[in-house]
Amino acid sequence: MQGLGPHAIFILAAYGVTFAAVTGLALAILADDRKQRLLLADLERKGIRRRSAGAAKTAKPARRPRP
Amino acid sequence: MPSLANPTRFLDLAGRAIPWLTALTVVLFGAGLYLAFFVAPPDYQQGDTVRIMFVHVPAAWLALFGYMLIAAASLGTLIWRHPLADVAAKAAAPIGATFTFIALVTGSLWGKPMWGTYWVWDARLTSMLVLFLLYLGLIALWQAIEEPGRAGRAAAILALVGAINIPIIKFSVDWWNTLHQPASVVRLGGPTIDPSMLAPLVVMALAFTLLFVLLHLIAMRAEILRRRVRAMQLTQVEQAALVEA
Repeated sequence: MQGLGPHAIFILAAYGVTFAAVTGLALAILADDRKQRLLLADLERKGIRRRSAGAAKTAKPARRPRP
Repeated sequence: MPSLANPTRFLDLAGRAIPWLTALTVVLFGAGLYLAFFVAPPDYQQGDTVRIMFVHVPAAWLALFGYMLIAAASLGTLIWRHPLADVAAKAAAPIGATFTFIALVTGSLWGKPMWGTYWVWDARLTSMLVLFLLYLGLIALWQAIEEPGRAGRAAAILALVGAINIPIIKFSVDWWNTLHQPASVVRLGGPTIDPSMLAPLVVMALAFTLLFVLLHLIAMRAEILRRRVRAMQLTQVEQAALVEA
């Protein structure tokens, strides 16, 4: 604090706010990226395919059970 | 460039670039912070308070850069209707908003000891606040409309209308009598800052720019995946409806 002069609190607050805002943003973006990857992996496990990925790859819907 | 415009190709390239960008960003931030705190001298008038410049100025530059990126991408959305343009614009908005927030707060913290006040309604500060509100408006618009194509076109129009604020921010210190100082780095006659302070500023600006690019790539990847998930969920619903029928 002494090394940064009489306005050290303002300097430290500026760097602190910057660090907190950037860290919060990075964590939010990484969490969103991870969430979308997990959702995509889950859908692929269920055999769901995008139309653009090819109709042939689309999993057949399960047959209705016979009465 | 055409290969980059393919979302699948983009995901592949982003996946390869992200680890290198992360390492480079960390190294540049380490060097920049060392230069900012241990090499750059105190200013003869402002003392150590000038060290706030090393986060304030890059954040302000990137706040403007982020919006210009969104405006350029908006043209891509409206003219060529390319899905990656909309993805790029949407992914840049929260990052630009965060850098604008940082510029506003650090500027305020710099203003109190130097100007004697945290805030004045002068042209530069007010136009930066308008930029922050524009970012929030864009984010809200993307959240409010569920269909990505419609949301993208509506946001593109708003972004292009709001782009008028960019030259206002840049030239506000020349057009009006403001408390904020005029440009001292990006100006016609060259920088007026002493090299001992310019060097740390340039390194920090590079570090912040790489951070912006890195976060933007990850956010774009997440947005592409979100759209794939949405498309697959719609397919899932259609398949379930077929089974029911």
